[in-house]
Amino acid sequence: MQKTHSYKLVLLGESAVGKSSITLRFVRNEFTESQEPTIGAAFLARNISCQDYTVRFEIWDTAGQERYHSLAPMYYRGAPAAVVVYDVTDRNSYEKAKKWVQQLKEEQRETTTIALAGNKRDLPNHKVTIQEAQEYAVAEGLIFHETSALSNYGITELFKELADKLPKKSSAIVADGGMTKLLDDDNSGGCGC
Amino acid sequence: MQEHYDFIILGTGLKECLLSGLLSVHGKKVLHMDRNDYYGGASASLTLEQLFEQQGKGEAPPAELGRSREWSIDIVPKYLLAGGRLVKALTHTNVTRYLDFMSVQGSYVTRKGKVRKVPATAGEALKSSLMGPFEKRRMAKFLEFVRDFDPEKPETAKGLDLKAQPMSEVWAKFKLEPDTVDFLGHAMGLYLTDEYLERPGIECVDRIRLYVESLARFGNSPYIYPQYGIGDLPQAFARLSAIYGGVYMMRKPIEEILFNEDGTVRGIKSEGEEATCDVLIGDPSYFSDYVEATEKIVRAICILQTPIAGTTGSAQIIMPQKQLGRKNDVYVTAQTHDLMTVAKNYLLGFASTTVETENPEAELQPAFDLMGPILHKFVTVSDYLVPVKEKLAGKKIYVTSSYDATSHFETTIDDVIKIYEEVSGEVLDLDAKIAQPGVDQE
Repeated sequence: MQKTHSYKLVLLGESAVGKSSITLRFVRNEFTESQEPTIGAAFLARNISCQDYTVRFEIWDTAGQERYHSLAPMYYRGAPAAVVVYDVTDRNSYEKAKKWVQQLKEEQRETTTIALAGNKRDLPNHKVTIQEAQEYAVAEGLIFHETSALSNYGITELFKELADKLPKKSSAIVADGGMTKLLDDDNSGGCGC
Repeated sequence: MQEHYDFIILGTGLKECLLSGLLSVHGKKVLHMDRNDYYGGASASLTLEQLFEQQGKGEAPPAELGRSREWSIDIVPKYLLAGGRLVKALTHTNVTRYLDFMSVQGSYVTRKGKVRKVPATAGEALKSSLMGPFEKRRMAKFLEFVRDFDPEKPETAKGLDLKAQPMSEVWAKFKLEPDTVDFLGHAMGLYLTDEYLERPGIECVDRIRLYVESLARFGNSPYIYPQYGIGDLPQAFARLSAIYGGVYMMRKPIEEILFNEDGTVRGIKSEGEEATCDVLIGDPSYFSDYVEATEKIVRAICILQTPIAGTTGSAQIIMPQKQLGRKNDVYVTAQTHDLMTVAKNYLLGFASTTVETENPEAELQPAFDLMGPILHKFVTVSDYLVPVKEKLAGKKIYVTSSYDATSHFETTIDDVIKIYEEVSGEVLDLDAKIAQPGVDQE
């Protein structure tokens, strides 16, 4: 059996930049035009097969708590991976994304591997150029892709690169996804394993 | 926010977030607001910088204490009883999936100034150095009685009527010495005062059994603790609420509580906007006109470098009132790096008690003596606030009480369940599992 490395992955970014759409495209290969503000998903999971191991992403949605700037630190605390999303047609969302990158670097105790996603690239009138974001990503050491959840562009590449770049701890190689917890008598249902 | 909600909840402390989560899960439309930009209210955990800023003299934390984010310091130090009802609420709502729990290393009691491990089984009692050989046997007999007692089987009551007879008569029946009674009632029954002696015996017997059963779950002590501190508990329940549609708004000052002509609550006004609701719930800090202070609690947060003598790691130490010549016990809590609340090479020592004199800090001196050298000490005195029933009658407003001086969350959850059942008209079954929301995978 292939070894599985399991990671908590969080999505950060302004409201309505397409965080849930990216997740749904990645996990279910679905896209819904009129995605309501997020409610209802605790987290979704998907495995990516790499050469001699499997990476399992446990993707936590914001549950809409970012809408009024009310995301709790517990949401991203301890997450080894984060995808920070902005909307390429919305300059403000790009500035907010940069703030999230800063915050992750300052507040996290362990290093978080960060991917920056410039979403909605299928739309016209880009306000953030690919060059600008690329330069910023290089300077900050981030993975960067422009993406489109609608046309399914760049998303697989983004997650694949994250899976490659994440440090593989030997202790994280646990068949049950590394979620051994003191209280989880009932983990089987809880973590979507 | 200018909408109608079933419930508006003010304050994001543990009690309010637990209520918000339970109500959302059971299909209610909830708007949850806080005047602060951080979750947790009076049950938050602070970074080192926040602690020095809020409770110190305004000076910055010294560099040798390391990075501020390595610290997560509880304002209200409490542990969870592993068999208790907060743990049931966590598993009932599947919130355990957001948190990692650690087992607290040891549970202790002081006897003649020395720290001793609390024996909790008949076997341990027989080995303990806390009492003489005859007394050990009597205590072992009592613990066997607690273990075997079943209200459905009268023969297990040993001729006692636990619902009618006060606990003092139960102690007399087992011929236990005052020191042992003191130990059992305070270190295992977790009573803060001796008022329980005149209450029906069943209450104390149930609490000692809860202690013993909690201990049996993970071993070292009856307590568990969420990594990164108590402050993550409200955040986890808030996330639960949000997943079920609860709306969260931080940094929202509440300017006014609005009323209908019949005197019932209509909603709230924040930053000039109104939101309406059927029922309003909140912590006492939002309802100063409707609460009163019944007592004061003094708490100290201490930064230490060496473990408390007689303990090895994270610990709960109870200093029974009689030994200190007091009415209320003094509680001491130690936290170590494995709990992720304190930087490596340091410990957090907490002390708390109900205030009895004009000099509250001095009342904690026995705890400070126990801790040894203290690098930094932060002492706060806070009112224990409770809602005034008469003032709230008929208003459809429900106010939680402050966090009390107990070392655990059993009274916290009592308050939550009481309010939940009152506002929903439903009995809360914490043993039932709620449906799994939207967990999905490839």
